[in-house]
Amino acid sequence: MSMPFFAPGDDPGASFPELLRRVGLTADAPVGAMGDLGVPHATTCVALRYLDGVVMAGDRRATSGNLISHRSMEKVVQADRYSGVAIAGAAGPAMEMIKLFQLQLEHYEKVEGTFLSLEGKANQLSMMVRGNLPAAMQGMVVVPLFAGYDNRRETGRLWAYDVTGGRYEEHEYVATGSGSLHAGTVIKLGHNPHLDRDEALTLACRALWEAADADSATGGPDALRGIYPVIATITADGWQRVSDDDLAARYVAIAEEMRSRT
Amino acid sequence: MSQPFYVAPEQVMKDRADYARKGIARGRAAVALRYVDGIALVAENPSNTLRKVSEIYDRIAFAGIGKYNEYDQLRVAGVRAADLKGYQYSRDDVDARSLANSYAQMLGQIFTHEMKPMEVEILVAEVSHDAGGDQLFHILYDGTVFDERRFSVLGGDADAMSGRLNESWSEGLDLRSAVRAAVSALAGPDRTLTADDLEIAVLSRTNGRRCFHRLTDDDVAGHLAD
Repeated sequence: MSMPFFAPGDDPGASFPELLRRVGLTADAPVGAMGDLGVPHATTCVALRYLDGVVMAGDRRATSGNLISHRSMEKVVQADRYSGVAIAGAAGPAMEMIKLFQLQLEHYEKVEGTFLSLEGKANQLSMMVRGNLPAAMQGMVVVPLFAGYDNRRETGRLWAYDVTGGRYEEHEYVATGSGSLHAGTVIKLGHNPHLDRDEALTLACRALWEAADADSATGGPDALRGIYPVIATITADGWQRVSDDDLAARYVAIAEEMRSRT
Repeated sequence: MSQPFYVAPEQVMKDRADYARKGIARGRAAVALRYVDGIALVAENPSNTLRKVSEIYDRIAFAGIGKYNEYDQLRVAGVRAADLKGYQYSRDDVDARSLANSYAQMLGQIFTHEMKPMEVEILVAEVSHDAGGDQLFHILYDGTVFDERRFSVLGGDADAMSGRLNESWSEGLDLRSAVRAAVSALAGPDRTLTADDLEIAVLSRTNGRRCFHRLTDDDVAGHLAD
């Protein structure tokens, strides 16, 4: 391990991506059209605000064209103690972006000795998405969601992004990926700012259920293999993932309700 | 052009070492010691913002004494080296031994080749999954490395403090006793240190992935109270 030491004018500061550039560890942007390479794609993720903070949820399926390439991918991940990120798009660059984003938050915290503000984290992610633009032009699109608990304002907050790094704060809910239209509509119909934790979790489960029902690239709950969506809450107490047992019970209830209607 | 006077290399090294030692002796000391759940790092530091003890990686912490800007530069270099290695390989591949070697090489290089040696002493500590594997690397201004088993004392008056710790340290101390032993070793017989004068952090096996945790002033006062 060699020590990265920089002259004062050349110091990368608390930025990990900038440090990677200085030591020559960044990958080159892909050249040529990649759209038909059959790279795995990750799909539907949603996030919504509720009384105590935010809920983030994402299905587990990754597809390559018309094939299912992974059944248990985790697209909703913890970014740090008070925030999470969810990703739709080309799985390879998306996972790399998540890894780099997590590292950046931790790196900043250690170098500076203090947390980034939630807005600062959202802005960092925006710059990473923008950095992926050359790859996105070749078909490797990555579109994340970012959500977290803002300790200064004492509320949950959500952001949606576009391919160019555009950052849009939403006040109720956001959805991304191929099933986002269906998932977003379900949340839109059921959402109000006074949802409690239980109602918010059920709404998120319901949204992914409907997305999986209508979109072939979104995976539903898989009771056979015991694979359920990744759902987590972020509140003043930090990130907390909802257990599979809890989700299984919710999906049984949803299935019962569907059955009673026919 | 005038010829510079010849100075014997022994003299050059001795002068540099004296200079560094003097700078270090002016500052306040720090102690790291093993306790039952990991390693406690205790520094005498009246400042609440300019840290002597900090986190490097999941299981690795850093302590530095002497000139603040110099050991802080070393701390940041350590964070960068560790994060880069973890990114390139895996989080499990980042270890204190190779980090300590890099520090030693750098300090040795600066000591022999630069005008002025760094006026610092640093410590790299790594907590292992079981108590037997905890590591403490104490690195001096000239790049000398000591691998210490029980505790490590950084500072000008290290001999006296080591003597005091030798008597109070034993295997399997709990956190409270470890903090009290470290604080009385730092204070000596004639002084009393309060929570305001201290900066204490632990690397604890019980903290999950990131083992580093700072104790608040209230925690410290609680441990020091009778």
